Amino acid sequence: MSDSDYRYGFHDPENYIYRAKQGISHDIVSEISWLKGEPEWMSRIRHRALDHFFKRETPTWGPELGNLNYDEIYYYIKPSEKQERSWDNVPKEIRNTFDRLGIPEAEKKYLAGVGAQYESEVVYHSLKEEWTEQGVVFLDMDGGLREYPELVREYFGSVVPYTDNKFAALNTAVWSGGSFIYVPKGVEVAIPLQAYFRINAKNMGQFERTLIIADEGAKVHYIEGCTAPIYSTDSLHAAVVEIVVKRGARVTYSTVQNWSKNVYNLVTKRAMVFEDGLMEWVDGNLGSGVSMKYPAAILKGKGARLEVLSVAMASKGQVQDVGSKVIHMAPYTSSTIVSKSISKDGGRSSFRGLVKVIPGLKGVKASVRCDALIMDEESRSDTYPYLDVNSDDVEIGHEATVTKIGEEKLFYLMTRGIGEIDAAKMIVNGFIEPVVRRLPMEFAVEMNRLIELEMEGSVG
Amino acid sequence: MPAIDNNNALIIKDLHVSVEGREILKGVDLEIPKGEVHALMGPNGAGKSTLAYALLGRPGYEVTGGEAIFHGKNLLELPVDERAREGVFLAFQYPQEIPGLKVFHFLRSAYLAYKGLKVEEFSPMKFMNLLNEKLELLKMKEDFISRYLNEGFSGGEKKRMEILQMAVLEPEIAILDEPDSGLDIDAVRIVANGVNSLRGPERGILVITHYQRLLNYIKPDFVHILMDGKITKSGGPELAEELEETGYEVVEGIG
Repeated sequence: MSDSDYRYGFHDPENYIYRAKQGISHDIVSEISWLKGEPEWMSRIRHRALDHFFKRETPTWGPELGNLNYDEIYYYIKPSEKQERSWDNVPKEIRNTFDRLGIPEAEKKYLAGVGAQYESEVVYHSLKEEWTEQGVVFLDMDGGLREYPELVREYFGSVVPYTDNKFAALNTAVWSGGSFIYVPKGVEVAIPLQAYFRINAKNMGQFERTLIIADEGAKVHYIEGCTAPIYSTDSLHAAVVEIVVKRGARVTYSTVQNWSKNVYNLVTKRAMVFEDGLMEWVDGNLGSGVSMKYPAAILKGKGARLEVLSVAMASKGQVQDVGSKVIHMAPYTSSTIVSKSISKDGGRSSFRGLVKVIPGLKGVKASVRCDALIMDEESRSDTYPYLDVNSDDVEIGHEATVTKIGEEKLFYLMTRGIGEIDAAKMIVNGFIEPVVRRLPMEFAVEMNRLIELEMEGSVG
Repeated sequence: MPAIDNNNALIIKDLHVSVEGREILKGVDLEIPKGEVHALMGPNGAGKSTLAYALLGRPGYEVTGGEAIFHGKNLLELPVDERAREGVFLAFQYPQEIPGLKVFHFLRSAYLAYKGLKVEEFSPMKFMNLLNEKLELLKMKEDFISRYLNEGFSGGEKKRMEILQMAVLEPEIAILDEPDSGLDIDAVRIVANGVNSLRGPERGILVITHYQRLLNYIKPDFVHILMDGKITKSGGPELAEELEETGYEVVEGIG
């Protein structure tokens, strides 16, 4: 997609309540912590994480990150005075932006609750009464820390410790915003909760932190979306998402990632799944310049399950380095990973899959399937599967296909009177259909629409 | 007899086609008027499929000379989809599989494009009615339409899918490239019945086949023999029977 086709590339004037100066240091971390008035223990974790960030090398096994200049990034921007529960009270420009993104409308139609983050803070948050009455908690992460400090203290960093990787360390040091969700035992939140992340400022770094706890037998579907303006300089999005799926619970986490192409999207997402729990990651990666994202699960309890459905589209100037990781740590656990990637106009997509099974487990099942569609000669797709299996009683399936869109398929459809762009769209939509048909309706429509926009920007 | 006008016939004149730098068609002349069924026969490698592909504009099939006139236009100068929308249809010998593309969605999109209709001008319900008529005409089951286009279809199913597309699009000129290849005799009969039900004064049909067998079921009005890139002989249906007895070499000898 060319920049002019990216319909979310607009930006508002930068009228902020507060902006920390560019670059990263212990002073900046202290400042963020002080502004938030958070407990001492959180502040200590931030500083330790920053030390780790400084110490840790930038990963070199994936996409090129050498051009990412940490000194030019703004690590904290507070856009408005306080968080609102009514859109009417959100500053006008920001409210207009979310209107243009269709968030208030979606909220009315099909969402149980919405969190809208703009730069570093969540400017709007709501949860319909029906769910608050049942004890469901849906706050921004700062609110979660204020109101449920014990839960946060227990689980923060328990699934993704700051030592996990350089960007998890950075997030832990400067995190702000994100969602905190607690669903009590046996409560099923029937319609989705949504968080929307918007970067507006130039050279912005957004570091939201999300913690979702689904108690025993609970059920919740969380959707996140994200966009940013187009700038010639880089922005950084480094989120950490931790999910705790307790016994018999089920969490579905769906993402439509549509950052503008000047955004580095370096995200760590992981779930800890206990007995008979089910974690589902549905991951659509369409935007950003460089993405590194491998939604993962640790299957810790007997019978725990992971399902991953992922679609990535790498277009001109984009690297989508995506995949999934699963660690089977208990018997009778199962995992299914399905990944579809499309590369076009010189874009590059890579799939990394790790399946690890610890020794001595019975009845483990794992299957990985990744399909790549390459639209032209300039584009590229790679697959890096890693299997680390130390048990005998394991059923493992791995399948990878690479298809070129092929003049023959286009020719066939065009002989039916269908134009070239529509023919290519049909082939691409068909390719991702097995994933899209499993998505919630509104989500599937959005995904198809974005992919069609991408296709129109290039073919013909 | 009045001269055939190019609104009512596809007129191919001195067509030369090369594939990968090698000349396959070396000057083909052929006229397919509406209301007639022509059979094009010939040995493997004679250029039968090349003729079909070149008429529709398959990439890699380079036209080096000649023209194909229909509705006053030279088809060979148009993009593939525009040739189709002029009313020229090709039933493929090897139809492509398109994973994830539902037959219903595909047929409806093709129908709208072919007829130049906007989505809102022809509701899915209306199309469903039309499709049901066509399925009935071809004695095909409805479950076809919820499958993915040609994916996992048997050879016979793929060929019937091609005929269904022809029935839906109602082309003025239909080229059927070996609609019998790879089929057992029962399947040939089913496909042939489908084609016969689509014969009529509003449609010209060119059936390409290697074997006379198919022509027992689809009776042509005219038969042409293509050898080494040229039509070497034309005649009535008896030419096909003659061929069955004597083989292509002998026919060439007497032609």
